Amino acid sequence: MRETIATYPEPGATSPASVDRSCGGQPRWLGQCLTLAEMELRKLRRDPTELLTRAVQPALWLLVFGEVFTRIHAIPTGDLRYLDFLAPGVLAQSVLFIAIFYGISVIWERDLGLVHKLLVSPASRAALVLGKALSAGVRGLSQGFIVYGLAWLLGVKMNWHPLALLGVAVTVLLGAAVFSTFSLIIACIVKTRERFMGIGQILTMPLFFASNAMYPVALMPDWLKAVAHINPLTYEVDAIRALMIQGGATAYGIGADFAVLTLALALLTTISSRLYPNLAR
Amino acid sequence: MTMVETSGLARRFGRLTAVDGLNLAVGPGEIFGLLGPNGAGKTTVIKMLTTLLPPTAGTAVVAGYDVRRQPARVRASIGYVPQLISVDGALSGYENLLIFAKLYGVPRAVRRGRIADALDFAGLSEAARREVRGYSGGMVRRLELAMAMLHRPKVLFLDEPTVGLDPVARQAVWQQVRLLAREYGMTLFLTTHYMEEAELLCGRIMILNLGRVAAAGSPAELKQSIQQPDATLDMVFAHFTGHPLEAEHEGNYRDISRTRRNLARLG
Repeated sequence: MRETIATYPEPGATSPASVDRSCGGQPRWLGQCLTLAEMELRKLRRDPTELLTRAVQPALWLLVFGEVFTRIHAIPTGDLRYLDFLAPGVLAQSVLFIAIFYGISVIWERDLGLVHKLLVSPASRAALVLGKALSAGVRGLSQGFIVYGLAWLLGVKMNWHPLALLGVAVTVLLGAAVFSTFSLIIACIVKTRERFMGIGQILTMPLFFASNAMYPVALMPDWLKAVAHINPLTYEVDAIRALMIQGGATAYGIGADFAVLTLALALLTTISSRLYPNLAR
Repeated sequence: MTMVETSGLARRFGRLTAVDGLNLAVGPGEIFGLLGPNGAGKTTVIKMLTTLLPPTAGTAVVAGYDVRRQPARVRASIGYVPQLISVDGALSGYENLLIFAKLYGVPRAVRRGRIADALDFAGLSEAARREVRGYSGGMVRRLELAMAMLHRPKVLFLDEPTVGLDPVARQAVWQQVRLLAREYGMTLFLTTHYMEEAELLCGRIMILNLGRVAAAGSPAELKQSIQQPDATLDMVFAHFTGHPLEAEHEGNYRDISRTRRNLARLG
């Protein structure tokens, strides 16, 4: 005999408190985020080729650009060797590139009917957005492994302290979340792949160049300094630099870096959750 | 108690009125069919009832909850199979079911049993571990129906459930739909433009034209109403919509290219 509807407690019959919390006491929205990230992990496991192709760009930056600029001492980076200075920037950059184009996945899901189905599920809009952000973070972390491996091979002096590694992982997750949520906002507005790709291309390079990823902010002209200071990438790089490299220093303080990234994420998530339903209209 | 009830439900897009003052009531366990030519407003109605689109005017109550004031409650009580593909091709059938069981908060204790039951229901137990992109169109649709019943919704919305399927695959979907109403006690609300499908499945149908109700009743009542000998539902449809073959409102280029692309993918 099949289980009938009567044996399962009616969803609407539960009290508001139990609607928001699952039985384990873990907030339900968190479970929903984790489920969406799990979906991404399962897809990556089935087709890991993308991870390998994504390794090419950071490898070029470190091997070609990094090696050359280290040799000619063109960029003053204090006591830090240029390659050591650049490695955290390359990590942040490769995470940025993944995250800023992440919005295209929801356009893809919209062209199918997956967005509609997710929006009709009991998952809150914010959970859907943060689930996407966490999925981008998962991809960002895979870049972390690649850049760490490359940097280690090139003799960058890494900080292997477990807490430092954890700190970098958290920063990468936060950075990926910030830029993928930003990307989601663009996707919700433009709605088509062609327009999205155009805007994505326009955004990545300015975000990258107007940050401390390749050179210290101190070297910039004043107007660029101002831009760099409102660019979340600057704070992401700052935290990674302090945590990833031996003798790496933070310009703003790791606490401030985390605070800026968290605030940016909160703001972008709020906007994104409002716009997300537009995808199904 | 009615499971779906609307009163004066309307939706405007700029100057265009897609749905205009819709009144309907669907009781528990009913299979209700919404018919109409392309552009009649069927999908807009479903989007409003599933909380995807806020109504411009009027009210809609689904499973006892107001779509505007209690959208989260509505969503927890319903299932939805959109016209477009709503499964992830890069995952296996089992994984698709697992992810949605978790998203819908199906308790861990019953999750495994539910998924096995759903696979059995869809006739996909053997194909469960294969990637969905290798499935046939019929298998994809059956998986989607199985996913939509995992959490035992009170009302299940199906938007053009058999579009693009071959006759055998359509039969299988019809059987599933009947099973959901009969054995699981669900209320089914579906849109279709296949008259045969409406006649076979639905206890009651409503014909929508240009956003307004053109006719409503059981298939037999509607056939009687046009007072022609040997009336078929096709004749009823043509009588009430004035679109015997060619619909004037075919949808725009984007809709068509999307539908065709999906049909190609369903292959």
